[in-house]
Formats: sequence, structure tokens, C-alpha cells
Amino acid sequence: MTLPQTADNMLLAEAGEGTRVQLQSIVKSYSGTTVLHGVDLDIAPGEFVSLLGPSGCGKTTLLRVLAGLEGLDSGAVLLDGGDVSRVPTNKRDIGMVFQSYSLFPHLRVAENTAFGLRRRGIGKSEAAKRALDALALVGLSDFADRYPHQLSGGQQQRVALARALVTEPKVLLLDEPLSALDAKVRVQLRDEIRRIQLRLGITTVFVTHDQEEALAVSDRIAVMNSGRIEQIGTPEQLYTTPSTAGVAAFVGLSSVVSGVAEGDHVVVWGQRLPLQSPADGPVDVYLRPENVHFASEADAATDALVQESTFLGSMRRTLVRTESGELVRLQHSPGIHPAFGDRVRIAVAPEPVAVHPRG
Amino acid sequence: MNRLGPSLVTRWVIGIVVGAFFAIPLISTFLYTLRQTDGSLGFERWAALFDPTKSAAIKPIWMGLGNSLILAAVTVAIVLLLLAPTMILVNLRFAKLKPLFEFAVLLPISIPAIVLVVGLAPIYLQIGRAFGTGTWTLAFAYGITVLPFAYRSIQASIDAADLRTLAEAARSLGASWPTVVLRVLAPNLRQGLLAASLISIAVVLGEFTIASLLNRQVFQTAMVVVQKQDPYAPAIFTLLALLFVFLLLLLIGRVARGTGKARS
Repeated sequence: MTLPQTADNMLLAEAGEGTRVQLQSIVKSYSGTTVLHGVDLDIAPGEFVSLLGPSGCGKTTLLRVLAGLEGLDSGAVLLDGGDVSRVPTNKRDIGMVFQSYSLFPHLRVAENTAFGLRRRGIGKSEAAKRALDALALVGLSDFADRYPHQLSGGQQQRVALARALVTEPKVLLLDEPLSALDAKVRVQLRDEIRRIQLRLGITTVFVTHDQEEALAVSDRIAVMNSGRIEQIGTPEQLYTTPSTAGVAAFVGLSSVVSGVAEGDHVVVWGQRLPLQSPADGPVDVYLRPENVHFASEADAATDALVQESTFLGSMRRTLVRTESGELVRLQHSPGIHPAFGDRVRIAVAPEPVAVHPRG
Repeated sequence: MNRLGPSLVTRWVIGIVVGAFFAIPLISTFLYTLRQTDGSLGFERWAALFDPTKSAAIKPIWMGLGNSLILAAVTVAIVLLLLAPTMILVNLRFAKLKPLFEFAVLLPISIPAIVLVVGLAPIYLQIGRAFGTGTWTLAFAYGITVLPFAYRSIQASIDAADLRTLAEAARSLGASWPTVVLRVLAPNLRQGLLAASLISIAVVLGEFTIASLLNRQVFQTAMVVVQKQDPYAPAIFTLLALLFVFLLLLLIGRVARGTGKARS
């Protein structure tokens, strides 16, 4: 992989081949508490994989194990087939961006960016030149002489990204790099990271607890819970066919209601809905908010009481409690204003749904 | 203006009282050094310090000052080369040991110097055999007495900087541990390291009890010796030492402000 020389001809740059990353049966514990239970993950060269999950699920620990910042109790970390489990962080040839702005406060932006190159024995002038190229990549070449405290949070993370990329590492590790930024900058930088990753073809592991972020940028997402990967797949797979209630709840705000599967369809609230895959017997049915809608008295539907309703600009999201006590989210036009305690009827669009045997 | 704070008049009164508390002894000492035998005031005694014909009487002070400066240098070296790296190590790698470490380094402040000397005396027998009885060996004891002051200064800087992230960022960029400490952490702890060094110098220059009890000649012990023959010279040196320490404190403040500005 070669960093382009300028921001302009960067558009023509060819993506590199990337590095294959394999995490094999990773076990990690702290003071007797196991936080990673034999995690396996195989990341293809040039792939962008997100580790998604709630706080404390082990996603950051897994990233730190990959970086060599944490030792592992058992298992192996392989880069392009080579076992680096015992290789110290500074010898792993990784680039990492942290949640907190990790720029060195005493160094100017250009010096920060050139830091990794200098550690690799590259001469001062060559390092400075390549640092400027990397800054151009993130649109900050005019800020080379500034100190980190003279930059905004978004700019600091851009510099951190340039600093991580300039050494042309085998793997780029992003540990919730957008968490400390405001909403608008988050989206901008998120898209920028993906754009650069695609152009450089660098294998990237992105830790986040924000499902929207993960869905927007990833080739694949590994949803983690309690130190295990619950499901790994493309954003579409996770969204449409969650394998567990946990994944369904975390990705896309699915509601889980009970139904009875009968081969190729499931009955929910008296409605027959097609199934994504055949099943029989009592099941949990995952309903996406966009597939649930208000219904008229004549429709096959169920009665519910409005619990809350949130205005989200182009739409409104309402939470209702059905007669059987199930909480269901539905997404609808902002023109409808349900109030707390309103009695409504809701129905499900006849789209294929995912189910999981109840138990 | 903070409405809960003291009024302007109250602040002036407090300032004048506290100022007088410090200024009156200093001014009195200064006037004492100027007083001639006939009752008039003059700078003859100040000038005599640098008069070669009269230098023999105050020679112990110059020698003691030289010893104290050597001690200060060795003590600062102990602080920078032993204490600071240990603190970085404890903060980064052995965080669980931090309370115990803090207790240990703050302990000397609660131990009277005489008790410390009683404990150090047998150790100094061994030090004497290993390194000789040179005055510089007192630096081992001073390295202990300055621990609480140096520790607080350095820890304040460590707390202000996110050492862990800086170190991990540097490691991920390919830096070895010595490079991490020297090129990344030390520059960000500069203010604390400088303050610790200057405070160590001030403590060493003002230390009397340990040197006296261990029978070493340093600045303070030399002044006591000379005072028996010439009470004026030690008073002049005391004022000069205070001025020196005052300048050190000003320097610490200036560095602190400079660092604060750079990061604000």
C-alpha cells in the first residue's frame, strides 16, 4: 500500500491488498473475571469490520488485544497468517486512533503526523514531506504548523487518523474515534474514514456502540455481548435477519413479539406474515419499526396504548404497549401526533420477518 | 466579581498583615547587616564577603554552599532519574500499587528529621564503606526528604496529562519504551519535573538537621559555624539564600503559567 502524494491524485490511487487479520479463540480475563470467551474473528484483506455492542461487552478489549496493548490468556492473533500474539505493540505495524484525542500536545501537527515515520528511521525531510501528504489526505495540510490545542475536536481526530495512516500500517484500528465529537462532525468524519479506507484498501477494525455508525460504514459487523460475538454479518444481514433477540434489539431497534410459526408464515395479532426461513411452533418475532403502522378498526391488528412519541425530523417514532403487554416501536409520518395514553390500533406490513424459537 | 469573596478592603488588610509577617523579619535582618559599629548604615559588611583579605572567616560558608549545590544536583538527579520513571511506571503499569507507593513517598514528611537520622545512621556506615564519607553522599538522605514535595509536583502533571493514551498512541506508532518516556511523556510532564527539581534544590539548600547530625558540612551548618565568629555574614547569606529561593519560586510560577498558556 502506498499513500498518494497529494490529495488530488489520491483519487486515482489504487487500493492496496490489505492484510488478513485472524483472531483465534481469544480468551482474556481481568482479576479472575473473563471478559472475552474464546472469540474467533476472521477479517479479509481490505475489509472494514465493526465491533458493535453495548458498554462492557468486550469490544474495546478485543481491539486492544489485537493491538497488543493487552496480553491474552489464550488464543492467537494472526496478521497475514503470522502469529503476532507475543509481538509488542510497537513491532506489530498497526495504526490506531483512540477515543480521546491522543495527539502529543507538545508537538505541532506536522511533527505529530511524522512521529511514526521518524520511529521507523525515515529521515526528517522525507518524514515531513510524507506527513504533509497524509495531512492533505484528511484535508488539513494548512494546519501543519499548529499545536493540537489550536484545533477543534474533529480536526484533532483527523490528524490522529493521518498520523495512524502515514506509516502505511497493516491494520487500522479505530477505538470509538467519533464518540467525543458532536453529531454533525461525527457523520462527516465517519464518511471520511470510510472514503479513505476504501481508497487505501487498508484492513480496518472499528469499535463503536453506535449501530447507525456501524451500519453506515462497515463491510461486516460483529455484534458482541458479554465477551462473545453473537452474530457477524453484513449490515443488511444483521438488520434483516438478526440471530438473537439481543442483536435484534441492538441493531435497528427491533421489537420482539410472540407469534406462532406455521411453516412458511407466522401469525402475529391475527395477521399472517411471510417468514424469511421456515419455522414451526411458538416463536419470537422481530418487527422493525418501519414495518409497523397504525391501522383502522377493520384491519387485522391489535389495540395498544401509546407510551411515548418522539419527533425525529422527517419522521416520528412511537412506542406503544399492546393488550398482551408487549412493547412495540413504530415509525410513522411526523404529521401524526399520538399522545401518551392514546388508544390506537397497530398492524404489521406483510414483509418477510425473522423469527427465533421461543425459549 | 465573586460576591461571596472578601471585599476589597478585607483583601488589602489580609495582604498587608501577611506581607508584614514575612517582610518585617527580612527587613530587620537586612537593616541588621547594614548596621555599622558606630550606629550608621552601610554596605561594608556586604562588600567584605567578596574581599579576599577577609575571606578566610567566611570560607566555610562558601565551601558549604559548594557542597549544598553538589548535593542539590545529585538530589535532582535522583528525582529525575529514579523517582519520575518509577512514578510513570506505577501510573502506567502498576496502578494498583499507587496508593501504597503514595503512602511510602509521603511518609518522610511525617517523620521528624532526628528520627530519620537515627534510622539512617547505620545505613550511612555502609554507605561510608561503599562510597566514602564525601558530603555528596548526603544526597541519598535528601533524596528521601524531598520525596513528598517532588512526588506532589510530578503527580499533579501526571494527573493533568492522559499518560496512558499518550503512551499507547506512541507505542502504536512504533516507539520503544525509552522513546515513549523521553520523547512523549517527559515533555508533557515538563512543568512537574521542573517544579520538582526546583523544590528539591530549595529543600536541599535549607536543610540543616540531617547534615548536622551526620556531621557533614553544608550551607546551613557552615552558617552556624561562622555565626559564632561573625554574626553578620550568615545573616547576609540567609538573605541571599532567601532571594535565590524566591527567584526559584518565581521561575516555577512562570513555567507553570507558560505551560498553562500553551495548552489553553
